[in-house]
Amino acid sequence: MLLESSRTFIEFLQDTSLFITVKSSHFISFVVPFYLGCIFLFTVLIYKYVKWIQGIDPRQRHAMWRNLFTRRPWEALKETVLESLVHHKIYKRNPVLGYMHMSLAFGWFLMICFGKVESSIYNHSLLDDPSFAIFFRFFVREKGLYPGQNTLSFIMDFLLLVVLSGVAIAIIKRFHSKVVGMKKTTKQTAIDKVALTSLWWIFPLRLLAESVTAGLAHNGSFLTQSLGNLFVAIHLPLESIELVMWWIYSLDLCLFFACLPFSRYMHIFTEVVLIFLRKLGAQTTEEFNGYSMVQLNACSRCGICIDACQLGFSAGVDNIQPVNFVADTRYLRLTSEVLNDCLMCDRCVAACPVGVESTLIRQQIRAKKVDESKLYYAYDQAEKARKKYNVIYFAGCMTHLTPSIITSMKKIFKEANERYWFMDEDKGMCCGRPLRQQGFFQQADELMLKNKELIVSSGIKLLVTSCPICYKTFKNDYQLTGMQAMHHSEYIDYLIKYGRIKVDRSDLSIVYHDPCELGRGCKVYDEPRRVLQSVGTLRQAEFERENAFCCGNTMGNAILPSEKQQQVRDDALDMLTRCHPDVLATACPLCKKTFSGGNKVKVKDIAEIVADNLEKSSNFGGE
Amino acid sequence: MKNFGFNISKPRGIDLDKADTSLYRKLIRHVPSLERCLMCGGCTATCSVNNHTDFNIRKCHLMFRRGQLDGLSAELDKCMLCGKCTLVCPRGVNTRAVIMNMRILLGGASYERRVSHAVRK
Amino acid sequence: MEQKTVLIIGAGMAGAEAAAQLADNGLRVLLLEQAAQAGGNVRNWAKLFPDFTVAQDVRRQIFAQLDHPNIELHTDTAVATLREHQGRWTAEDEHGQRYEADAVLLASGFTPFDAGRKEELGHGIYGNIITSVEYEQAILTGRLLTTEGQVPRRVAFLNCVGSRDEKVGNNYCSRVCCINAVKQAIEYKELVPDGEAYVFYMDLRMSGQCYEELYRRAQQDYSVHFIRGRISEASGTIDRRVQLKAEDTLTGLPLRITVDLFVLMVGMEPSTGTRRLASQCGIAGEYGFARAAGTFTADNLTARPGLFLAGTCKRPLTIPETLADARSAALQIIDYLK
Repeated sequence: MLLESSRTFIEFLQDTSLFITVKSSHFISFVVPFYLGCIFLFTVLIYKYVKWIQGIDPRQRHAMWRNLFTRRPWEALKETVLESLVHHKIYKRNPVLGYMHMSLAFGWFLMICFGKVESSIYNHSLLDDPSFAIFFRFFVREKGLYPGQNTLSFIMDFLLLVVLSGVAIAIIKRFHSKVVGMKKTTKQTAIDKVALTSLWWIFPLRLLAESVTAGLAHNGSFLTQSLGNLFVAIHLPLESIELVMWWIYSLDLCLFFACLPFSRYMHIFTEVVLIFLRKLGAQTTEEFNGYSMVQLNACSRCGICIDACQLGFSAGVDNIQPVNFVADTRYLRLTSEVLNDCLMCDRCVAACPVGVESTLIRQQIRAKKVDESKLYYAYDQAEKARKKYNVIYFAGCMTHLTPSIITSMKKIFKEANERYWFMDEDKGMCCGRPLRQQGFFQQADELMLKNKELIVSSGIKLLVTSCPICYKTFKNDYQLTGMQAMHHSEYIDYLIKYGRIKVDRSDLSIVYHDPCELGRGCKVYDEPRRVLQSVGTLRQAEFERENAFCCGNTMGNAILPSEKQQQVRDDALDMLTRCHPDVLATACPLCKKTFSGGNKVKVKDIAEIVADNLEKSSNFGGE
Repeated sequence: MKNFGFNISKPRGIDLDKADTSLYRKLIRHVPSLERCLMCGGCTATCSVNNHTDFNIRKCHLMFRRGQLDGLSAELDKCMLCGKCTLVCPRGVNTRAVIMNMRILLGGASYERRVSHAVRK
Repeated sequence: MEQKTVLIIGAGMAGAEAAAQLADNGLRVLLLEQAAQAGGNVRNWAKLFPDFTVAQDVRRQIFAQLDHPNIELHTDTAVATLREHQGRWTAEDEHGQRYEADAVLLASGFTPFDAGRKEELGHGIYGNIITSVEYEQAILTGRLLTTEGQVPRRVAFLNCVGSRDEKVGNNYCSRVCCINAVKQAIEYKELVPDGEAYVFYMDLRMSGQCYEELYRRAQQDYSVHFIRGRISEASGTIDRRVQLKAEDTLTGLPLRITVDLFVLMVGMEPSTGTRRLASQCGIAGEYGFARAAGTFTADNLTARPGLFLAGTCKRPLTIPETLADARSAALQIIDYLK
């Protein structure tokens, strides 16, 4: 019944002369949907990219134009191949997932390339009709027409097989994400589902269409020819279904192209754009702009950030991870919970294969409306430095709750004979970073201006701080020209290196916790480790450096309830104490306070451990 | 006469028959832990702003709770969000969230709407 | 009939009192104490609230009962493992020595909260910051002086250190610190009548007999200042005094005060022995205390037949409560072994 009616339908189509004879011209009506899809796709892409690039900060845009004529575009090209095609970062994290992305992206890319080679050889022209390469097997039905035809058909079949294997993994992943070693997979919108389904169908449909043609024309290679022969063997009415198959294939391509700019697959092109923009010098600013849009659209929703997020695996918060945040933002359904419930620990950013700076984008969107003429912190200020000193010591607000860090630093300064000015001993101001993270940029600037005035007027060239949160903002936001900001772990490392303090080695077994803001935030990993190695035995934690856990208590998350914070903390403590250390060393007052509350192991700041182990008989460096 | 804390409500008495506590009920939907506050004043004692002014976060919250909202918004603007208060609270109240949400509730603008506005631009 | 044996773990007030009751009733008692001496926490105390009874008199009275033919006291014996097999209980100490019994009474008690865990209060970092236990020892030795050997002219007491504090994981009230602070403030004022005593509190819980009366006397007769506010930070000054930051919540104003001595009223936590044995026997309750089988009628029983509880291994208790609880546990054990 069905077969009969479809046959009538095809006869009807043939009668209405929709199909033009194959050999007379290469134009045949089923290429129309493919072309329409392509035109639509590229129009939308160009419109969006032009708009977004225009939205980038003008100063950055000018710098980027200049960089166009350096070697940076070439570096971008290299990164494009490594990341967008080979997906080597995903591969390093998760080989199965990496293979899936690589087989789809790189496989498809090679198919397009080799298809083009095939058609160019056949047509003796590089500028032939693009659709000819896509539907090549339908158009070129004879064998032995040009050199290397067999080899090329073999390559094309092989590539198709590779892509199909990737599709198979993708389908399995969608329904059973554990198979590829992922804890969770991402939520889909309606348009994503259409795009996804049409993408999955592209390659099986191509296989079927080519096999049917191979069954008729014997122009296939190992895969398509075998299947074609099978079709012949089971007496499928190949003549009547051949065009239908190619039509469906073309329609499916059209559907996919039409959905692409509005679905997650926008990442395919945007990732390349992002790599180029970044290499040329685009940076995430305070304001949400075109570059943010490029980043949001470059997210492939691979879901790697889901596995990186401690709020997910420790505290059961499963809707705020960058994949969700990015999708919610793109589809204009972002809620304040998804926006604000983030530790901003940057584990996800460190893991992101595309390098979407989702934490900074969160910060952009958190920007609050303010009264621009208002001064928020017009209250009395700390005293200026009255004498000539060599170092400014800025403990930071939190450090006042961990006084042993302050007393240890005082001891170390004394030992090193350093003349220091304790800037926030009594009436200290906040550094401004907590405000910045919550989107109160104007208020943060006001605080920064006040602090900067004090710092600059002192004429001191070195600022040492005990708080990594302050450190990051002193280093990146304050623009303290002609002077240096240091975290105390770096400063102690420097004192030891130049022999200004001497430490005794003890038999202490130490595990070090990388504070988020110091490690991922400022890339200070080696200095604290070097210091700790000089006073004891440093044990390794399972997750270290850029993969280090967050203690759960950050300035980035202002809404997480304490119970959930404690869950994050306890998991981090479990991981860190697996090696049974005598002491857990941190370099951040907030981490110290948080971990001490867990009451599982002795927690000490790196400054305390050093102060406890200062060489007993040292009497050098007197004035 | 000495200024007791800060002058935020003109009529000095609280009339709970007339006070509008609807905003407070919204606030505790966002920060349920606030209900646990036992007014120990630890937050105010440790407050970095308190070194400079008579800013009193515990009192701000209490005024908010009692529906005495006059002048509160300006008072809350003094906070630097440094987070020390949250770190000392014996009842685990997320005081930073309290301040942020009080600011937003007193500001009135729909937060979600602004979020989508930023992206749509 | 063969004489039945009861093993008591912990020779503090609860263990000693229960041992005496059981021995008087003809049972053989093995009393194990991990410290070098029996006596428990009360050994550190000078005088007891609410009537300033000399703590060591009470202790001597209780521990004199241990001189009994049925009681065998083993000091320096920390129980490492406690096992039950077909109604027989076997305890093994750290040296591998075994003790067998028909019933076990867990009386392993409490340990004072380690004030160093509230780093912002400066204990162990700055001088002249002591715990309430260290204060007792100073009274006991008759030398309540600052680290510079001076008589403190101004002393502040802070309640709820390690109790009612989510940040250290203890949400419970330790029950004894409020009244103890009142007692210690009075003791200070008796030593230094023209000195100033400040008690900082979140709530004052004067629920025992004569507690409220003692509070009234502290106000009326000794002019102790009570300030409602929790001290958030303590720091050392250049002249080795202690500066405190609090909010005077009743005026709504920030408050700073510099004192010569700062006393932290530390709460009660389950001792390490209590934690270890409770979790080993599967009766670990909240915060690591041992969990009784029921609140009203089974407060000395546990989910394990033959394993009983007495005293502060269950929750913070005062000394009279502990003694009554020990006698109640002894009755339950006698009943069980009949």
